[in-house]
Amino acid sequence: MPFLGESIEETVQKILAGDRRTSGRLITRLEDGDDWGKEIMKRLFPRTGRSMTLGLTGAGGSGKSSLLNHLIERFRKMGKTVGVIAVDPSSPFSGGAFLGDRIRIQHHTRDDKVYIRSMASRGYLGGLARATTEALRVMEAMGFDVVMVETLGAGQDEIDVIRLVQTCLLVITPGMGDEIQALKAGIMEIGDIFVLNKSDLDGSIQVLRSIEATLSLKPGQEGEWKPKVISTVATSGEGIDDLMEGIMAHQDYLHNNDAMERAAFQRVEQELGLIFRDELERVIFKGLKGTGKKRRYIRSIIDGKSDPYTVIEEILETFLKER
Amino acid sequence: MQEKRKIRILLAKPGLDGHDRGIKVVARALRDAGMEVIYSGLHQTPEQIVNTALQEGVDGIGLSILSGAHNTIFPKMMALLKEKGLSDLLVFGGGTIPPKDRERLKTMGVGEIFTSGTDTRDIVNYIKGVLEKV
Repeated sequence: MPFLGESIEETVQKILAGDRRTSGRLITRLEDGDDWGKEIMKRLFPRTGRSMTLGLTGAGGSGKSSLLNHLIERFRKMGKTVGVIAVDPSSPFSGGAFLGDRIRIQHHTRDDKVYIRSMASRGYLGGLARATTEALRVMEAMGFDVVMVETLGAGQDEIDVIRLVQTCLLVITPGMGDEIQALKAGIMEIGDIFVLNKSDLDGSIQVLRSIEATLSLKPGQEGEWKPKVISTVATSGEGIDDLMEGIMAHQDYLHNNDAMERAAFQRVEQELGLIFRDELERVIFKGLKGTGKKRRYIRSIIDGKSDPYTVIEEILETFLKER
Repeated sequence: MQEKRKIRILLAKPGLDGHDRGIKVVARALRDAGMEVIYSGLHQTPEQIVNTALQEGVDGIGLSILSGAHNTIFPKMMALLKEKGLSDLLVFGGGTIPPKDRERLKTMGVGEIFTSGTDTRDIVNYIKGVLEKV
């Protein structure tokens, strides 16, 4: 059966030529975990890895989408083509999602050098969706100069994005807790650039100080990138010049060191882990599908006849024997 | 694990009217029915809506029109979708659209028109009925 009514080769050629209809449908199929998608990704992969990649993460309502809007504008003024992946949460109950990130960037829909894709997390953790990595690769294969990923806004650990992109922006706002928050592991460690948005609000100086203080405690190696803190007001556009400058400085840093090499290594390492886990789960659980076995396993755990560790051991053993 | 295909719907507000209460209620209902809903925001041109549908790889588009411009906007949308190779998408609509116009729009390929007072469950069932078979 051909994919999207075409041969794999045709689909691959269309993606490389930047065809929006094909990429739109391909990404939808990738989200659904279509087997054909994998074959196409194999062909596209050698053509990826050449875009500048940025990530935006931070709490919901911190202004990620509005900042994104400014960044798209700036990159377009520089003559760059821009791809965007915006992730929003899926409902854990209905599985549905309301994807509203486009609203803030919708006027770029008239610009055919900008490509925006919304994505629901579908219960995937780490601030991304399972198919975000793949969608990023697709956009790279389409030849976009810059690809930006906006994570869903949650709180303390949407940190998968850091290994997926070259430059990671962490967006924070005043009034989000005291310096104890700034000392917690995870989110404060992932920013290449800290964006203090809504910096016209009360308390922004204190927040700025406490971030700077936290960052200054980090022992930096000679020649290592020192995270920058940049104040912005996304609604008025204040500080966006500084932000662009910061992004470019980080990109320069990556290009003038072996840091780019390291970033590429980390990215592939993470991708490998994700795809491996995904495939393993798929292959192993495929055998259980429709057999009622999964149900029986769960029942036996609830009834105290078994436990999750024994069950997984059993499933794995059966799988390995069948191989 | 291979999941069931998720239904992706673009809900859009074309034209100049700013009444988005209805479309937000529908967005919520579709979300709660397990669909992924992309909302375009206000004042979209048919070109913007079709471009968005293209980029988002959606299965269907719902338009909310309360301005009376439905007889201009729907035909334009249908023509653009055809031009971009998206004729297979489900197009439906809602708003203040008189019965005689509804019938005419449906002969143009618009799937269904829901007017005010429609039970959101009817909209959900209609979309699932058309798209889950595909």
